[in-house]
Amino acid sequence: MLASEVSALNEEIKELVNTLGNGRQALMPILQHIQRKHGYISAHAQQEVARLLKIHPVEVDGVVSFYAFFRKGKRAKYNIRLCQTISCELMNKEGIARALERELGIKFGEVTKDEKFSLEFINCLGMCDQGPAMLINNEVYTNLTPRKVVEILNSLK
Amino acid sequence: MPILNKPIIFDKNNFGNGFEKGLNGRPMDIVLEIRESGLKGRGGAGFPTGTKWMLAATAVSEKKYVICNADEGEPGTFKDRMLLTEFTEELLQGMILCGYAIGAKEGYIYLRGEYEYMLSHINGTIQKFHEEGKLGKNILGKNFDFEITVRLGAGAYVCGEESALIESLEGHRGEPRNRPPYPVNTGFMGYPTVVNNVETLVTVPIIINKGAEWFRNIGTEKSRGTKLLSVSGDVEKPGIYEVPFGTKIIDMLDMVGAKDTKAVQIGGASGICIPKEELHRNLSFEDVPTGGSIIVFNKSRDMLKILKNFMEFFTEESCGQCTPCRIGNKKLLDGVNMIEQGKCSVKYLKELIELGRTMQVASKCGLGQSSPNPFISIMTHFGDEILAEHY
Amino acid sequence: MTDSSFSSRIPTAQQSLKIEKGAAHEIGGLVDIEINGKKFQVPFGTSILEACKEFDFHIPTLCYHDDLCIAGVCRICVVEVEGMRTLQSACTYPITQSIKIKTTSEKVRKARRHIIDLLLSDHYGECYSCVRNNNCELQSLAKEYGVDFYRFGHVKEPFYEIDNSSYSVVRDMNKCVLCRRCVRTCIDLQEVGCLEALERGYDTKISTFMDKPLAEVICINCGQCINRCPTGALRANDPSDAIWEAIDNPKKHVVIQTAPSPRAAIGEEFGLPPGHSLTRELNTALRMIGFDRVFDTNFSADLTIMEEGTELLLRLKAALVDKDPNVKLPQFTSCSPGWVKFIEHFYPDYLDHLSTAKSPQQMFGALLKTFYAQETGIDPANIVTVALMPCSAKKFECNRPEMNDSGYKDVDYGLTTRELAQMIKEAGIYLPELPKSNFDEPFGEASGAGLIFGATGGVMEAALRTAYELVTGREVPFENLNITPCRGMEGVREASIKLENVKPEWSFLEGVDLKFMIAHGTANAKKVMDKLVAGELNDVHFVEVMACPGGCIGGGGQPIPTSPEIRAARARAIYEEEAGLPIRKSHENPHVKYIYQKFLTEGPCSHLSHKLLHTHYTKRGNYIA
Repeated sequence: MLASEVSALNEEIKELVNTLGNGRQALMPILQHIQRKHGYISAHAQQEVARLLKIHPVEVDGVVSFYAFFRKGKRAKYNIRLCQTISCELMNKEGIARALERELGIKFGEVTKDEKFSLEFINCLGMCDQGPAMLINNEVYTNLTPRKVVEILNSLK
Repeated sequence: MPILNKPIIFDKNNFGNGFEKGLNGRPMDIVLEIRESGLKGRGGAGFPTGTKWMLAATAVSEKKYVICNADEGEPGTFKDRMLLTEFTEELLQGMILCGYAIGAKEGYIYLRGEYEYMLSHINGTIQKFHEEGKLGKNILGKNFDFEITVRLGAGAYVCGEESALIESLEGHRGEPRNRPPYPVNTGFMGYPTVVNNVETLVTVPIIINKGAEWFRNIGTEKSRGTKLLSVSGDVEKPGIYEVPFGTKIIDMLDMVGAKDTKAVQIGGASGICIPKEELHRNLSFEDVPTGGSIIVFNKSRDMLKILKNFMEFFTEESCGQCTPCRIGNKKLLDGVNMIEQGKCSVKYLKELIELGRTMQVASKCGLGQSSPNPFISIMTHFGDEILAEHY
Repeated sequence: MTDSSFSSRIPTAQQSLKIEKGAAHEIGGLVDIEINGKKFQVPFGTSILEACKEFDFHIPTLCYHDDLCIAGVCRICVVEVEGMRTLQSACTYPITQSIKIKTTSEKVRKARRHIIDLLLSDHYGECYSCVRNNNCELQSLAKEYGVDFYRFGHVKEPFYEIDNSSYSVVRDMNKCVLCRRCVRTCIDLQEVGCLEALERGYDTKISTFMDKPLAEVICINCGQCINRCPTGALRANDPSDAIWEAIDNPKKHVVIQTAPSPRAAIGEEFGLPPGHSLTRELNTALRMIGFDRVFDTNFSADLTIMEEGTELLLRLKAALVDKDPNVKLPQFTSCSPGWVKFIEHFYPDYLDHLSTAKSPQQMFGALLKTFYAQETGIDPANIVTVALMPCSAKKFECNRPEMNDSGYKDVDYGLTTRELAQMIKEAGIYLPELPKSNFDEPFGEASGAGLIFGATGGVMEAALRTAYELVTGREVPFENLNITPCRGMEGVREASIKLENVKPEWSFLEGVDLKFMIAHGTANAKKVMDKLVAGELNDVHFVEVMACPGGCIGGGGQPIPTSPEIRAARARAIYEEEAGLPIRKSHENPHVKYIYQKFLTEGPCSHLSHKLLHTHYTKRGNYIA
């Protein structure tokens, strides 16, 4: 990271700590803010958060690596998470999975070359009556069909 | 997404002025009314709510907390999704009444990360309550302050377990705590804390309005009231239904349009698989309990694939703290894969079922204690069919 | 027991229900319980494990450790409590009402057996090729529960790469049972915080920040994690192959210096109970396995006292007389390399407080390849210096780039107690029954002051015995020279000695209350440093810090297992051995006098001493790139 990026990040984290608190209870909201803004929580961000909350960096890493929504490395602009749990499975999530892979040209777990889309599975989204369902960043899409999925991707391209 | 059949308890008309009535009375009256009603936790564990509130109310502490467990993560469960958007005000009412009853000043809604799209709506409702004097200082003019903050989860099923939820709120990995002591004694930041499911809390103002007696008259002796069901799978009309406790499974299946049912998974991935022969059983804490998840499988479904889906779920969602759950779930999943390839001997299958029984009693929290349930029930009821098909 | 008053990580659930034993009897806070059908009474809040230990019911444990907070993760200690469907872990369950406990039953036996089978199914490696063969808690449990086949299979290929980037600690996560002892040690007990559980579920692993190699993070090499690890997942970096090679090489002159703490503990490796010092027997053993000379590190410990004591008095003069604002007080000892790395990482702006004196090990190394080489006429290029230390951090210390003042690598290898015991056993020697023999010249026998370095407070006591006499001309005013305020296992100790009727050349110290502090374990070091940063130590003059709980006798290279009782027994052995020595003050050691006469002729803290016996430090900071 450039020095200017580093100091901007430090400022941002300082502001977050001022607003959300400087005790360990503020860790989750702070990490969620950073995740939402940057798409991932870098090693530097983790250490800066640790420094201001007075905990060890490896403890922040422990929390970041525990939760599925936190990333340590850069992801894509649009993170597609397709539900793989039982009800969506019964509604043919496999077909949707293949359609996504075909359309984007990548396999699950990978990121497109232009870093626009990433594909991964996620567990039950709570949309079991309208499956198959997927999350793209924070938006929920339900009642998916292979064609509908392509339309959604196109609207984002 | 409203309730697809006629609501019994979750009818907007039932709320009346329960909220005001509760706050006009004494805190202990609310606790006693809830206890009298026989309300039990609607998240799946079914702990008597009145007992929980009584323990928290009588605890001596400078701070207490109310936490709404909105980390609805059990596969097949989506009833809280509806309550959080359609019954938002009533949920806040329930939390405030709980705070008043036990002597808490602060409440949290732990909203699962996947439901982030409803965050602004919930926060908007909280803002509205502030403007109407129903939250903040001197609520409804009384000497009672209460604040509610929404906190998001970050994609961990295990955080639906109350002590893991509290750990997550405290900024730790969502690893369940050693219990005892329980959250009502030592909870958030070490203070007495009541953690209740969304459905439980929404029911509270109804009970205060209509009275414990009215509530007791619905349901069965040990399972008072109704249950919201989230039905999915091989049914014509998937969605949310409300049935009184004691409803027979077969009657429920008729209502949702299930045909050629081979098995019903009741209670989600951590529940049990009821085969065709047992559909006469009823939904209640006495017989087949559930947090609401009903997944129906018709005769075209491969039960082993379904079991595999469940075990993959648990292996990924286990927090990894304790040995039986961390490694045990992996072993059960490996066993499922072995069966699929025809490489699992009957002897080894017996070992795995024994392992499942150990996990049920030795795991540190409810996840490890119930993850062997689908393995044991599916292999017991459908073992022959599965072994015959996979060789 | 990790002190909850300073650790932020003790699970709150474990803090809430304890009542002190004495108080419980007074307020009638006793609970009736039944264990396996027999009736007992215990104070309210006692855990089932504590109750069973008290009344001699055996319960196996794995993640439980006397020094650490409760985890309750292995589930091996589960017992049946009547009326509860699930089994309860004995180490976590506080007894608050009358319960009936069964420590064994069908359910319990099956559960324990399953848990061991599960751990074995994930454990890569055979006992034959493991450093912890015969001293492994997983192995012992497997034996106790009659494991004779792998019920759930066994790992065929290693999954993790071994991390041996560090000079001191080697991590093999293939053998880890995820008991979290190392995490609790590093974060709670030592407050260094370089290990934690990452990922979730089956992928959970104990790792460092961003999975970096141990050498690239803020590990201080104290090895306390190794001492508490139940399996071979953590071990020290073993140089014995290289040492054997040197011993077998006729061209090489291999000398070894032995420290008091290994000598007080090595008997444990041969089946003796803790607290039996085998100093003289060890000398015989070392010669038998082929070391050319055996020296006593206590000699250079005496030298350290001379150098560091003089440095303290010079600092006091500069601060109190010259009023030099650049001179920093209090002075902190610098012989603990774990402590030195700790302050370099976490308090890099306060390095000026550290004494510039090297540790006894490094002083000796520098002298061996200069003075000793000269005296004996041996080419220093052929001298191999080995240091027997209780310490894993000394392996890092001897590899510090600045430790070559002799013109060669001053100390070639740091060898731990455990590793030397292994070498002795390999040579077929049973150490405890050997005849005794003395140390070699020209360093000979050292003083008792050097010996007590091994226990926490020992350096302070040795320094005071010399400094006080130097300044006042009298012996320290304590019976038998045993300065009791320095002794004991309390985390941070504080005391003072008044300097009265001093000799004329020290008149600026007349009436000064020489205030000193002693801390052991880096969590306590942190407490002291935070006070320093807050400006609360302005009237303290000298602080002894040891990175390891208990001091060197609890070092990262000492026999495993460790516990408060074991460390107390080793400390007792140190003090007992010392009390019987003829010379008990560093400045009376004739060999020390000889060195200053013949070699370091300009005296302590002179230019020549500085060149060989003093060092500098590196500001490392705690940012991990």
